[in-house]
Parts: sequence; structure tokens; C-alpha cells
Amino acid sequence: MYRYDEFDAAFVHQRVEQFRDQVARRLNGSLSEDEFRPLRLMNGLYLQLHAYMLRVAIPYGTLSSRQLRALAEIARRYDKGYGHFTTRQNIQFNWPALADIPDILLALAEVEMHAIQTSGNCIRNVTADAFAGAAADEIEDPRVTCEIIRQWSTLHPEFSFLPRKFKIAVTGAPTDRAAVAVHDIGLKIVRNDAGEIGFEVAVGGGQGRTPMLAKVIRPFLPRRHLLSYLEAILRVYNQLGRRDNLYKSRIKILVHEVGTETLTQMVEDEWALIKDGPVELPAGEQERIGRYFAPPPFANLPAEAPRYEAERHRNEAFAAWTRTNVEAHRQQGYAIVTLSLKPAGGVPGDATAEQMDAIADLADRHSFGEIRVSHHQNLILAHVPRADLPDLWRALVALGLATANIGRVSDIIACPGLDFCSLANARSIPVAQRLSERFRDLDRAHDIGELRLNISGCINACGHHHVGHIGILGVDKKGEEFYQITLGGSSAEDAALGALVGPAFAADQVVDAVETIIETYRAHRRTGERFLDTYRRVGLAPFKESLYATA
Amino acid sequence: MKPQILTANRLRDGIVVFFTRDGGWSERIDDSRLSDDEASRAEMVAAGERAAAAGTVVGPYLIDAAVSGGHIRADRLRERIRAAGPTAGSEQTLKYV
Ligand code: HEM
Ligand code: SF4
Repeated sequence: MYRYDEFDAAFVHQRVEQFRDQVARRLNGSLSEDEFRPLRLMNGLYLQLHAYMLRVAIPYGTLSSRQLRALAEIARRYDKGYGHFTTRQNIQFNWPALADIPDILLALAEVEMHAIQTSGNCIRNVTADAFAGAAADEIEDPRVTCEIIRQWSTLHPEFSFLPRKFKIAVTGAPTDRAAVAVHDIGLKIVRNDAGEIGFEVAVGGGQGRTPMLAKVIRPFLPRRHLLSYLEAILRVYNQLGRRDNLYKSRIKILVHEVGTETLTQMVEDEWALIKDGPVELPAGEQERIGRYFAPPPFANLPAEAPRYEAERHRNEAFAAWTRTNVEAHRQQGYAIVTLSLKPAGGVPGDATAEQMDAIADLADRHSFGEIRVSHHQNLILAHVPRADLPDLWRALVALGLATANIGRVSDIIACPGLDFCSLANARSIPVAQRLSERFRDLDRAHDIGELRLNISGCINACGHHHVGHIGILGVDKKGEEFYQITLGGSSAEDAALGALVGPAFAADQVVDAVETIIETYRAHRRTGERFLDTYRRVGLAPFKESLYATA
Repeated sequence: MKPQILTANRLRDGIVVFFTRDGGWSERIDDSRLSDDEASRAEMVAAGERAAAAGTVVGPYLIDAAVSGGHIRADRLRERIRAAGPTAGSEQTLKYV
């Protein structure tokens, strides 16, 4: 898997020492907060409601067991014994003291991790399908592309002061588990008619107060032109993106204002100037970086694992878990396992230090010492022999990580909301907790079927509410918490933005409202229809009626 | 005039603090100095600015508050959550494990 080369290691250590000095000068009063703020943000350090918050990048969502143990140790020593995994494949620590940050960054650097480019108007941590290198439907491992982009973009002088932050996501499979349609640039690895691998390039997606889906500006970009084409997009944006108005500064607004066709033309014109020039990836580089992501040494396993089959027949709880939390692997005899960080009544995305340590051990035992973070705020063991599944399941049950609810109503994405976030209008976590309590009966959850329920505490949409099948947005009405509900969003390959169902609900009504929506779906669904399918067929009307008719 | 108190985050660890009656900073909102006239408000703001310049606290600001049942209570939910800590979160559950 990916390792820093020596240059990176030296650079990260140098950055830690530089920041140590800056923190010392802040603490002794020689730097003011105005001077210090941009410096701390460049190192992923925010000041939130109750404390500092440190955001640590997990490139492409891939962690080694050693790195996860280091995160556990940081949680224990410098925080309150837990960490919060986010939709951007980061981990956030909610309680570190400023004085400890240099030591934390050093502990991270020791395991080749850092918090660079997790903040600021630069190209942020590039995100990827959490099943990268494992998914049965994958064309190519997207992390190779992510890493090429990371090496090109890290501290790129031309792109360190963009009009606004810039987020790129890559999927290597037709099933989109990376939400590429809601990123500034979404790359989909595709194969053309000649069998060559390249990218479908989409630009201008985003959430926040003006949600938009990315527009495809090039259906097929040959792989060798990746960097020149990205550079062309970034140049157009850097020149024309709006710096006068924060709310209009993302590339989505530029795409919207000039139109997809004009933007495409501008990018193509810019590209013509730099295509085949020095920015292109040198021959052999793709292969060199690809070797960092070489598959682990898989064994030649039979397709059938009798131990697994036997357990499935006699243990219904195990069987239910395999239906929701286990996915097909590209390698015969292996499976992809999702560890649910969404127990009934729990805090979505939180893991305790003890859980992290135990997961690291399980990864060593069953999955080549590797862990993934999904944008749905769960953890994944990507390469588990099918025969190991019963043992792994038992271990996960003991750790509270085997809730059989992946892709179900209680697999909720929630941002930190008003319990932690200084920008929030309303709380997210307690709403998620009450919802997962309400739908704790897994038989009912399985009957409801695939459902994406996402919650944000304000319009910045960190909790992806615009693209939840059911989206909940916290708003402030005269000092009271209210929640708007949108229906029909999706961040998958059938991406869509949700539509507002009607007036907002008070905090004590919102769980009932969600239940009403789900019951309305059950009343209208045809055989085999997911919530989203039924919604797309019947529209908002029946939901509006059942929610507001009696009011 | 609506009573107000002065709050900030402590520089060293970011923890929420309140400007106290004896001119210091406390983690307990009940220790806050309440101000309901222009003069004392200006005094508190000036003290806050000095504390920020000295590197004791970050970003001091006034918030509306009221006294009820012998306790000081911030008006806005955001400030009540700042004063009392997160209403939900793993620190809640971890306390009992
Ligand atoms: C608690 C501190 C946080 C702050 C101050 C913060 C701030 C923001 C802001 C201002 C935006 C809007 C950007 C725009 O529209 O231009 C945003 C968007 C976003 N943030 Fe956060 N956020 C925080 C936490 C999180 C967390 C915990 C996650 C992951 C769970 C997250 C993931 C995202 C995502 C996915 C978006 C929307 C995508 C986009 O259009 O950029 N953020 N955040
Ligand atoms: S959506 Fe709003 S409340 Fe939630 S984390 Fe983002 S900025 Fe904070």
C-alpha cells in the first residue's frame, strides 16, 4: 500500500517543527490570533465551540493497522478516548489542547500521516471509493489516480490560493461509492470502445447552500493526459472563479454562470496550450505509483467456504449481517466487510480508542493489516477470506461493530452539528441517535430496504443532506431548532439533489415525520422498489399529503 | 438593558470560559459577571480585549443571559451548549464505561 517517499517524510517532519515553533509563539503571545489562524488552518486545526478540533487526512481512506493504532493512542493520550470519522475520509479529534498539537502531529508523522490540505483554499485530500482495489466491479484501483493527483497538487504554488477549497473524488467502478457528482471535480475511471482506460471528467458539483451536480465536460480523457487536463480546469477556475463573494466562489458557480458548454470550451482551449507539455505524467510513473497499491498477497482460495456456508445456515443473525455488511470481492474466496459505526443510539462515525485498537488487530488477523474509511462514516476490512467471516463477525459483535444495517435507515450520515460545530444552526447527533433508536429493529430496517438518511446541522451540508434519499437539514427558527426534510437525493451513480417536502419540523416532530415518510413509501412501493425508486415514480405529493394533511 | 456576560475560548486548550466577577476567567457560567449598563459592558469588552492580546483567551464576545433559579443561563441554545458541553456525543457514553 501507499508509503511516503523520503522527500515527503522529511517535508512532513519539517512542517511539524515549523508548526511547533508557531504554536510556541502563539502561546507566548508573539503571534496574535489573526496571525495564527491561517497557520493553524493550514495544519488542519480549527477552533470549535468547546475546544480545538484537529482534522487528520486519511488519503483515499486507506489506513494501515499501525496507523489506526497511532490514532487510537492519540485519542487516548490527547483527546477524550475517541475519534470521529467523517464523510471526507478524515478523522477529527474534538478535544486536543493547542499546546499538545505539535506532539500529536509528530505522532502522526511517525506513521506517515498529517493534517496538511485538510483546510484552506487549496486542493483538498482527494477521496476515493472505500472499496478501492477490492470491489468486484472495479475497472482500476482509483487510489493510483488519487496519489498522482496528490503528488501533483500538494503545495502546488499556483493552486494554493484558489478562490475557494477544491475537492476531487475518484471512482474506479461503475457503482459510485465516492459521491463523485458532488465534488468540484469528479473522475470516473472508464473503458472506451477500444478497451483503453481513461476518465469521464465531471466538473462543478458541490453541496453547501447552492447544491449542484457535476456536469460531464469530457466523456473520455485518455489516462496519460490526466494532469494537463486537471491543470487546465484549475487554471480556468483560478482566473475566473469569483473571489468577491464567498458564497459564489466555488467552481460550481462558475460552471453555472458561464454554462457547461462555454466552460468546456474554455478548459479545452487552455488544455490545448499545455497538452503533451511538462505537466504530463512521465512514462512509467503510473506503473511506479501503481506498485504502491499492488494487491496484497491473496491466497488461491476456493469459491466456496464451507465454514461460512454452514454458519449462514444455522445462524440467522450472522446471515442477516452477511446480507448487509458483506460485499463481493474481486478475488475469489475473499469478501469486503463493513464495520458499522452506527449502532442503535450511537454517534455516527465515532470510534473509541479501544475499538480502534481492536479493529487494528482484526485487520492484522483477517485483512492484510489494512483498514478503510468510507464516506458513509463506517470502517471497512477490504480483503477478508470468506472462511474467516464467522470468527470476524463474533469479534465484531463483542466490540459493538456488527450492527447489520449498512445501507439501511439507521446507517445515518450526520455532521457534528450544534453539539460541536461553531457554524451550526441545530444539533445533528441527537437526531441521528433518536432515529437509529426508533429504527433499531433490524427486521423492520431490512423490510424498508436500502435507504440513505443524511443529516446536516446547517446549510454547509457537511452531512450530505442534499444527497440523502431522505435529507434532514437543521435550521434556526427564532432560536428554536427546526429541521427541513428533503426527499429523493442520491450521491451514487444515479446522483440527484433532494427536493424540499414542505415546511420544517420542530425537533420533537422530526423523528415521527421520518417514520411517516417511510410508512408512506411502504404503502406505495411496488415489489422490488427501493425508497428512491418509489419516490421517483410517485413524486412528492403522497409524502406531502401524509405529512401535512392532518396538520 | 438586557443583561450580558462575556465569553471566550481559552487559548491554551480552547475550553469555553466566562469573564468573572473578580476579573478572571472561569469554566463555570455561574461565575460570570453580569452587566446591564453601558459602562460596565464597555469595561468587560476592554478586559476581554486585553486578555486576548495577552494570549489568555481567544475571540471574546458578549452574549445575552439571564438569571433564573439562582443560576446564570445564556439565552441562545448555542451558548447554553457551549456552557454545558455537548448534549450528545461519545464523551457522554464514555463517562460511564
Ligand atoms: C466541525 C467543523 C467543520 C466546519 C467548520 C466545516 C465547514 C464547512 C463549510 C463552511 C462548508 C461549505 C463549503 C462551501 O459551500 O463552499 C463545508 C462543506 C462540507 N464539509 Fe464541512 N465543516 C466541518 C466539519 C465537517 C465534517 C465533520 C465533515 C464530514 C462529516 C465535513 C465535510 C464536508 C462536506 C462533505 C462538505 C460539502 C461538500 C462541499 O460542497 O464542499 N465537514 N464545511
Ligand atoms: S453542516 Fe454546518 S453544522 Fe454540520 S459540520 Fe458542517 S458547518 Fe458544522
